[in-house]
Amino acid sequence: MLELGFREIDVGGYDSMDFIREMDVVVIGGGVTGTAILRELSKYVLNCVLVEKEPDLALGTTKANSAIIHSGFDAPYGSNKALTNVRGNRLYHELQDQLGLDIKWLGSLVVAVNDEEMDTLHDLLARGIKNGVKNLEILDREATLAKEPNLKKDIKGSLWAPTAGVCWPFGVALSFARCAVQNGAEVLTNCAVKKILLEGDSVIGVETSLGNIKAKYVINAAGLAADTVARTAGDNSFAIHPRKGEYILFDKTASAALVNGIVFPTPTKTSKGILICTTVHGNTFIGPNAHDQEDKIDKATTIMGMNEIIASSQKLIDKIPLGKAITEFSGLRAVSDTGDFIIRQGTVKGLIHAAGIQSPGLSAAPAIAEEVVELLRDVETNLVLKGNFKAIVPKRKVFTDLKKQEQSKLCSENKLYGRIICRCETVSEGEIVDAIHETCGARTLDGVKRRTRAGMGRCQGGFCGPKVTQILARELNIPITEVLKEGVASAMFYEKETAGEDA
Amino acid sequence: MKELEYDIVVVGGGPAGLSAAYSAYKNGGKNILIIERDLELGGILQQCIHNGFGLHHFKEELTGPGYAQRCIELIADKPEIITMVDTMVLEITTEKNIIAVSPEQGLMNIKGKAIILAMGCRERTRGAIRIPGDRPAGVFTAGAAQRMVNMVGYLPGHKVVILGSGDIGLIMARRMSLEGCKVQAVLEICPFSNGLTRNIVQCLQDYDIPLYLSHTITKIHGKDRLTGITVSKVNDKMQPIAGTEFEIECDTLLLSVGLIPENELSLGMHLEMHPLTSGPVVNQRRTTSLPGVYAAGNVVHVHDLVDFVSEEAEIAGKFAALEVQGKLSMDLRQVEVKPGDGIRTCVPQKLSLSADGEAVKLFMRVLAPERSVKLEVLSGSEIIMKKVLPVAKPSEMIALELSAEKTKLIGSELIVRLSRGVV
Amino acid sequence: MTVETRTMNCITCPMGCEMTVTIENGVVTNVVGNTCPRGKKYAEVEVTAPKRMLTSTVKITGGVLPLLPVVSQGPLPKESILDCAKELRKITAEAPIVAGQVICGNILGLGVNIIASRDLPKAK
Repeated sequence: MLELGFREIDVGGYDSMDFIREMDVVVIGGGVTGTAILRELSKYVLNCVLVEKEPDLALGTTKANSAIIHSGFDAPYGSNKALTNVRGNRLYHELQDQLGLDIKWLGSLVVAVNDEEMDTLHDLLARGIKNGVKNLEILDREATLAKEPNLKKDIKGSLWAPTAGVCWPFGVALSFARCAVQNGAEVLTNCAVKKILLEGDSVIGVETSLGNIKAKYVINAAGLAADTVARTAGDNSFAIHPRKGEYILFDKTASAALVNGIVFPTPTKTSKGILICTTVHGNTFIGPNAHDQEDKIDKATTIMGMNEIIASSQKLIDKIPLGKAITEFSGLRAVSDTGDFIIRQGTVKGLIHAAGIQSPGLSAAPAIAEEVVELLRDVETNLVLKGNFKAIVPKRKVFTDLKKQEQSKLCSENKLYGRIICRCETVSEGEIVDAIHETCGARTLDGVKRRTRAGMGRCQGGFCGPKVTQILARELNIPITEVLKEGVASAMFYEKETAGEDA
Repeated sequence: MKELEYDIVVVGGGPAGLSAAYSAYKNGGKNILIIERDLELGGILQQCIHNGFGLHHFKEELTGPGYAQRCIELIADKPEIITMVDTMVLEITTEKNIIAVSPEQGLMNIKGKAIILAMGCRERTRGAIRIPGDRPAGVFTAGAAQRMVNMVGYLPGHKVVILGSGDIGLIMARRMSLEGCKVQAVLEICPFSNGLTRNIVQCLQDYDIPLYLSHTITKIHGKDRLTGITVSKVNDKMQPIAGTEFEIECDTLLLSVGLIPENELSLGMHLEMHPLTSGPVVNQRRTTSLPGVYAAGNVVHVHDLVDFVSEEAEIAGKFAALEVQGKLSMDLRQVEVKPGDGIRTCVPQKLSLSADGEAVKLFMRVLAPERSVKLEVLSGSEIIMKKVLPVAKPSEMIALELSAEKTKLIGSELIVRLSRGVV
Repeated sequence: MTVETRTMNCITCPMGCEMTVTIENGVVTNVVGNTCPRGKKYAEVEVTAPKRMLTSTVKITGGVLPLLPVVSQGPLPKESILDCAKELRKITAEAPIVAGQVICGNILGLGVNIIASRDLPKAK
């Protein structure tokens, strides 16, 4: 029996006032913000649905960022960013085990290369203390180099923030969603919101590509599209513009020549700077840069951008092992014109915004979710906690993390765990099949990749890609020609007869 | 966890592994295991359905699958040789314990008195060469596309551009054309092509596919699926020249931008690795820096002729078998083999010689295309062997044999170099 | 009398010898650059009626793999290669197949058989 968190609805034609669902709350947007909110809502006796326009969750900013749970010294004191970052950081420490999150609390260093930057570090320290961040410390050159021996020898010192960590952002969003679904919430993918439906000045639901959904409350966590969504309800109170950040990711064997943890340069006005950071899975990356743009779709990496990232990293580490780069990608930050997170009631009744969630959005997500529920409580008196909230999300079996005894046992339980499909990351067929059939399971090649890491190694899916494609076709009972890489029009393979036969 | 023991364990059941196992058997080896990750033996040859294989080794022109079948037939009826398919080696320890897993057997700990690494190589990716742009579907490495076309039965697309004029790219240019697709262009960043000349003729010229030398891709376009690429001419430093950009419409981009030995297991054993080949350093017996561990084929250095792979693997198989039988003299002096002027790589990188000397075949590649040069082998400053090369190309491996007599003359260092001028 | 010199690479073996071919009135009168006699033969054929080997795949039912690699038993006229490849796309073989087995006899009436490149046993 397939356990599907994603419901795919067969939509015939529909009357404009026919509803495919009647809910209490609709959350628009399946990134880390929307899924965190859905989870928080699922603690209450409410009918909730999350609608996501892409075929999978977290394909926007959540998929392409620095994956850092910041300690919280960076944002201005009293801002939404600061408050939710610090509280979010604490919540991740608490939620890590119950949600099975991949998090490593490596601590972060902000490195100063001159005296002026050392002064800035002291400002950050003061701000951090005010923001409530624990255990911040200024380190001298020696102590900094002891933590990160590959840094240039002429650096001055650093700000050490031990409460910072690296996580697996897609995994975080997925765990939030799976927790919500196991507590009765619903997730609809391939479901794009066309407009918010109003009766007078009150929300009555949303019109989507799959049909109308009736709802008393709409939470706008639509990322880059949050302003567009708001405007459909006549709410013009903010604007979102994209700011691109590019990354270069290295092979795991390059980490020894780079950094152990999270290394920031001293920040500038527009961004935390181009960092060097080793992810929770052991790959080091450099990036992101920060360039504003108009286009909300353009995520192309650029020669200039990559050169910028490389040059900037060389200010901190002499030798960047470019020969060991395995992939480049970019993400678009949703930057609000208010300079802070927009977490408040909308200009129509029933609409709540969680918008402009750029950095530290990932770190803040669980706290933002709490804020949103508080905003809901202000307008909905009937918020009753469930007695039987299932807080624990079962942890996925990861073959390569198990001890040999456990690996043996797993293979004897199910032969498919004994067939390794992704050689580079040691991912078994059993895990890939699990990823397809779990709640909010994978439907695409990249969906499998994000859940299992198959295809994220040094051969970047060259070996396992065709195999995973065949497994998806088999498990989803679809022809190979219908297996998608990521987006709705991303079929990878074609029947042989279709080539030039009409000629 | 199952515990198994063999005399010789061969990791990889492609032409290198098969040839090594057969050679080990012919030299008295018994209790030989071949471990192969695919569902059948034959390695990459099973997807190389074109011909051109076996002229040296089997004295017959064969297709890839045909060559594989010959190698398989040689070992199939030998009770001394066991094969395990659908089995992946996860790790090899420095104590020569092989941890492997298969659906049928589960997790296994396999001990070998001698191990022969024959894992072949993998393809360089888009990420390794940092092509900027979008990340749509439709960008494949040539080998991955070849597998889909030749073994699973699907096309990667219809309007194709190929980056890289190495043999895999050229072969795929023809293959895609034969399947009714339109191959728009083959692009090559170097000023010369890297493939066998015969492939330029029968894969590009035959199909009127333009070859753009000194060109590269500067942007990939497409949201969900590839729609086209931006191409630029490059200068002598292989940097794009501004103003030379043009667009090519395509829905498929095949990358044939280099092969790298599969070195996870080698690195895991902390073998001494060579920075240019990216494979383990080996001596003329194909022993690595870990005694009892041999390596041969593409895992040592990428070959262009499978016949040389078999030849190299036979050396490894022979010496592995002799070592297990205690028939090898270990009283050997070490010689460093160094590439000199004009030579990029030379394998083996070391010689371990007894007082009687040993016939040695050196396999090398030149740095750049050359005409009318002399290949010289020097011991110290003395030339001990010369060979005239009318033509030499980086893409075509050169083999040179030194007799046992000659090897007795070698001091502590051997240099292989090109000498230009009057031949 | 028209005299023409053409440069060509022999493709008979991977050496790919570069040859200079003198053609007088459509007939090859001189070949230099070949390392073996096959080069001269290649030049003669290439000038008058170029031929190529064909390798491709056909669908196969009931086998351990869904495709069977095939090869032409001898060279085919170069200009017919694409049509032969198209013809092969219409064929479905049935396992088990033995290497050398004729899959398409006398393809397009050109007097050349297309044969299996390998054994392909029945799936279990």
